[in-house]
Amino acid sequence: MPGFTVSFHPEDRFFAFLRTVGEISCREGRLSGIPVAVKDNISTAGIETTCASRILEGYIPPYDATVVERLKNEGAAIAGKTNMDEFGMGTTTENSAFGPTRNPVDPSRVPGGSSGGSAAAIAAGLVPLALGTDTGGSIRCPAAFCGIVGLKPTYGRVSRYGLIAYANSLEQIGPMAANVTDANLLMGVIAGHDPRDSTSLDFPYLHTPDPEIRGMRIGVPEEFFGEGVDPRVASVVWEGISLLERKGAEIVTCRMPSMAYALAAYYVTCTSEASSNLARFDGVRYGPPADTKKTWHESFQERRRDGFGEEVRRRIMLGTFTLSSGYYGKYYAKAQAARNQVRADFERLFREVDVLAGPTMPTVAFKFGEKSDPLSMYLSDILTVPANLAGVPAISVPCGRVEGLPVGLQIMGRWMEDERVVDVGYAFEQGVSR
Amino acid sequence: MITERDTEHIGQLADIAIHREELAAFTSRFNEILEYFDLLDQVEVVESIEGRECNVFREDEVIPSLSQQDALANTREKEEGFFRAPRVM
Amino acid sequence: MTDTTKVSRPTGDGISFSEKKGTDIQNHTETANVGMNRDFSDDEVIIGLEIHCQLDTRTKLFCGCSTDYRDDSPNTHVCPICLGLPGSLPRMNKKAIEYALRVGKALNCTILEESEFSRKNYFYPDLNKGFQITQYDKPLAVKGHLDIEGDDGEKRVRITRVHVEEDPGRLVHKGGVDRAKYTLVDYNRAGIPLIEIVTEPDFRSPKEARRFLNKLRATLEYLGVFDSEKEGSLRVDANISIQPKGWFDRFGKGKEDRGRVEVKNISSYKGVEKALTFEVTRQKNSLRRGQKLESATRHFVEARGVTTASRSKEMEQDYRYFPEPDLRPLRVSDWADRIVIPELPDARKTRFIEDYCLSPTHAATLTGDWQIAEFYDNLPNDLKTSTATATWVADTLLGELNYRDMTIRGVPLSHFKELLLIRQSGEITEKGAVEVLRSLLDQQKERGTCELPWECIERLGLKVLGCAAPGGKDPVTSAAEEAIAENPQAVADFCKGRSEALNFLVGQVMKKTRGCAKPADVNRVLTGILSRGE
Ligand SMILES: [Zn+2]
Repeated sequence: MPGFTVSFHPEDRFFAFLRTVGEISCREGRLSGIPVAVKDNISTAGIETTCASRILEGYIPPYDATVVERLKNEGAAIAGKTNMDEFGMGTTTENSAFGPTRNPVDPSRVPGGSSGGSAAAIAAGLVPLALGTDTGGSIRCPAAFCGIVGLKPTYGRVSRYGLIAYANSLEQIGPMAANVTDANLLMGVIAGHDPRDSTSLDFPYLHTPDPEIRGMRIGVPEEFFGEGVDPRVASVVWEGISLLERKGAEIVTCRMPSMAYALAAYYVTCTSEASSNLARFDGVRYGPPADTKKTWHESFQERRRDGFGEEVRRRIMLGTFTLSSGYYGKYYAKAQAARNQVRADFERLFREVDVLAGPTMPTVAFKFGEKSDPLSMYLSDILTVPANLAGVPAISVPCGRVEGLPVGLQIMGRWMEDERVVDVGYAFEQGVSR
Repeated sequence: MITERDTEHIGQLADIAIHREELAAFTSRFNEILEYFDLLDQVEVVESIEGRECNVFREDEVIPSLSQQDALANTREKEEGFFRAPRVM
Repeated sequence: MTDTTKVSRPTGDGISFSEKKGTDIQNHTETANVGMNRDFSDDEVIIGLEIHCQLDTRTKLFCGCSTDYRDDSPNTHVCPICLGLPGSLPRMNKKAIEYALRVGKALNCTILEESEFSRKNYFYPDLNKGFQITQYDKPLAVKGHLDIEGDDGEKRVRITRVHVEEDPGRLVHKGGVDRAKYTLVDYNRAGIPLIEIVTEPDFRSPKEARRFLNKLRATLEYLGVFDSEKEGSLRVDANISIQPKGWFDRFGKGKEDRGRVEVKNISSYKGVEKALTFEVTRQKNSLRRGQKLESATRHFVEARGVTTASRSKEMEQDYRYFPEPDLRPLRVSDWADRIVIPELPDARKTRFIEDYCLSPTHAATLTGDWQIAEFYDNLPNDLKTSTATATWVADTLLGELNYRDMTIRGVPLSHFKELLLIRQSGEITEKGAVEVLRSLLDQQKERGTCELPWECIERLGLKVLGCAAPGGKDPVTSAAEEAIAENPQAVADFCKGRSEALNFLVGQVMKKTRGCAKPADVNRVLTGILSRGE
């Protein structure tokens, strides 16, 4: 097989990467020799994969995630593993056990999270393409904060095989890039059916972005401009939406009542699933070895106390509680019901409009340490979680700035209409650049 | 309301040790968050009969396993092909 | 059973978390059963079973690793999925579901329209993922039954549910679980498909429980989904209590007068009856001493035939079940309708009685094991319709196997068919046939192979001795002449008309010919010589 080597020695001033691969061998393909950064919760054979957690330090997967395999088949150079909030649990990348990534636009601010390393790597120009993962906004939030493009695909469109699970029913791997065209290219490589993921669906992605949006109906849910949304961000996003209108789309305001409890439903679901997903890190098969001088439970309890960061422990305990006997009905079951109502809301709205638009994040990037209490941090995910709860595609594209800080425009589409949200994003990008 | 004793109990259920000095902070955070979760009380549970994707199977065909060496590659606590874990008693 | 029988999930009730810590099992106030003089003959034994069987698929439940691990080194049948490596995802083995559906149908269960897999969360080193994928409130099949021979005639045992789950790994504690400094873990077994069958507490004696297991095993083997010979392929948990007679039928589960004991870790058919019998005695003794019977978990120690109190806190476990998000639900009731169930033990028994004119007892024995039933069914027609053959297989062959603690498996059945044919032809005597059988089984047990029946007959000199026409020289005649010469008194008695004397002489001849002469020949030859001598 004809192969070649790519060198990758970036000046990583913002700590985007946890580790890089200096000399990368690749083959010919659609991504021949293009360096692609991979979030550290995606398994890479032979390259340490830690989810930015002490509990997985030293773990070298014996296999590639399906998306990595697909990248390699298309000649991509797997450049390194990017920093993230530990196990994806965060909105700032401050929860990395190895230190925070800084926002290349303003290094005194967070890059967003949890795929902050991937977003920063692109924003800093270290790589043109990166993979992120999005459980409740973890691709779109850092894309918005760093002024790049990030797509959360329809649930099932991209294989999760090899993605170290945080909240299985919500998360998807997706492309991040400086522009829609590149994100679209990466999406075409990673999407497609994978029998190794039982939730994967057979909808290949073969698409060339089309900026024509005349006659398209764009819904704008009032709730996306409600309480907690910075008015300056709201106004920048409204300007963006008017640009789409000028390009021929019809703007329809609408309502999404399930937003009232969407965030609660999201946090109950993701913490419940996480409490179970993160139980396997017992140090027996991989990770820093368990202390065999102690008993199983002693060793396990201490490993989990010392190996997980505070936010991870909080979420595991929350999820343990919401699943526990006597509370399952109050929390988990209710959250699933709420989730169904979010789905129903989307279905109802998508009978009237083709896509929904609004801000990606209620604010611009925070200063480090700005959000110190967990609940207010959780609340900043309010605009991104609905797409995850319903499994529909959503893209964030750069849409102007507030005091020099990027703002993201979020476009959500019907189930399996990733192409359409990409098209609207592309139309917007074209409109802005003209 | 969750008490500090409850937090300890949740820690036990979750098999996570909690440092004494963290207990109060964890408890008050839990209470804030759980109070927020009470928003879900207004949601009515209806059994949804939506046509979810179902019956995803694979055939009963053998796929080569990892070698013992590869299986044990990520730990140094091993013995005669076994993983070594802490004692259970 | 504490978790699986409670199918419906309690809904949130907002009670304080601290109040929830007790166990679910209620201990009712003890009234009548305290006191030394109480008559306990009015009590009855209530037993329910929870049976785990490994399904005999080629690959594991959620990955393509081979299930044929028993003779291999540890951790050689493992992959990212069954090692629980981060990022791996389960993939459902279609065959395992098909097998489970066969079982559900054969046990007359309702196959649920929609069933799903759930995670059972607990922390133990044999779990590769920190949870076990099993089924909880939506099992594959529910509400079935299996008829057995009960203590008082035919009995219908109700099946609560049948579900599929993955086997955990295997733990090795060097020097015993109490003294081992650490635990060794082998994940070869992790992910083997298990079927869990839960019965209602319908057994009233350990014997009934044992009979049920035998019938269940036969049924599973008839279905071709289970291999009872594989070590550790069956594991049973039993719950057992002793209640005042009639109490249970009147008040039902959960309202028991006395505590219920969960006996875990029974891994053989014989062990079930042993463990339960031990428990009955232990609980009765406790009652006799006026002790209160508390609900508890005990472990069966096979080697000592006793149950011991469990130190684990299993009663307090909260498994936090929730639907497995990495697997899709099952909608397989239509599929189940299309699955054809083969002839099962009861039907075969009826056929054996009707077609082969066998007694119900013989028919029951011969159909109680699939291998034996197949063996019998494949014998030539004139053989299998004879009572003698049925007796030979059901009593002699199975008796000899049982005596050696052997099973029909691994025994060259073609040899025994040949032996039956030889026996029928009269070339060896009944006694000789048994001797050959014993020798072949001994060889088989010792070295795993055995001679051909003919070789054995030759070697042991068991071929029936020919007998020439009157006056000729053959081994029977020679032996008869010797016997006559050596026993003048018997000859004299015979001449006086004492017929017992002839029997004595026949016995002497049989002894000399080592049983290889036909009694009729011996009789004829002796009478011939004696009458000539007169
Ligand atoms: Zn495997």
